[in-house]
Amino acid sequence: MKKAIIGKKIGMTQLFDAEGQVIPVTVIKAGPCYVVQKKSVETDGYEAVQLGFEDIKEQRLTKPLVGHFKKANVSPKKYLREFRLDDVSAYEVGQEIKADIFAEGDWVDVTAKSKGKGFTGAIKRHGQGRGPETHGSHYHRGPGSLGAVGISRVFKGQTLPGRMGGKTVTVQKLKVVKVDADRNLLLVRGAVPGPRGALVTIKDSVKAAR
Amino acid sequence: MDLIRQIEAEQMRTDLPQFSPGDTVRVHYKVVEGSRERTQVFEGVVIKRKGGGLRETFTVRRISYGVGVERTFPLHSPKIEKLEVVRRGVVRRAKLYYLRKLVGKAARIKEKRD
Repeated sequence: MKKAIIGKKIGMTQLFDAEGQVIPVTVIKAGPCYVVQKKSVETDGYEAVQLGFEDIKEQRLTKPLVGHFKKANVSPKKYLREFRLDDVSAYEVGQEIKADIFAEGDWVDVTAKSKGKGFTGAIKRHGQGRGPETHGSHYHRGPGSLGAVGISRVFKGQTLPGRMGGKTVTVQKLKVVKVDADRNLLLVRGAVPGPRGALVTIKDSVKAAR
Repeated sequence: MDLIRQIEAEQMRTDLPQFSPGDTVRVHYKVVEGSRERTQVFEGVVIKRKGGGLRETFTVRRISYGVGVERTFPLHSPKIEKLEVVRRGVVRRAKLYYLRKLVGKAARIKEKRD
């Protein structure tokens, strides 16, 4: 990982490219983030930078956290996320990181918590088929056979109803369509997990490097 | 939401004339054929305008060789070279889907007089 930033999903829209084609984009307010802490091999056993995003009132924080921000000389932040970057030495504690670390045409991976769907059936959750609606069928949206009778148990990994969504999802290799450095906006082609206002982390793409 | 509106406003077109469903328009639309580009003209009745902001589209219906043809254009597309309003029509609804069932004389729309 070479660079990373924390942001907030604003929503989706579409733009016209140079040929006049419509491209779907997600608008992300990325940064400004501040380096709150640097982890080093000597003290922590690994190298990483801790970034803070979005201001918050000091009275909303616990005293240990207030001290943590004081030490870095950064105003209190709502979110703290750690990134294990390849080259930590380029970052200083207190340094500001803005959306312009990414450029137009870059490939990025975007991680966020997906929308929670609650308790869902096997059809929605695993894409299973449904039973007949009529003709005396009493089997409509059930999960189907759970396997052989003889072994008297259900195998692990059997697709059953349950909680869906609300998990951390990464979408890989999205193209950066536009960077607005003044307003700290990143416009990324395609969809990004989570509802509007969701916290997202943007990293340089793993797959594009290969 | 406000941010999205600002982003959309950057690409929105202000040079197009105002028109509404029921109007007859002539759309000059750029099409790429192989390597060369040319302009196609599509004339017909606007039967709907849909969506808002940069995402707004409109649908034009015409009868071509006895067959009804509908084309939907993104309103703010740079591919629209020119849009002319040929005739303003009097209609009482926003979506003129009822025109699909009508042919000939019945499918006429009264012209607006002011």
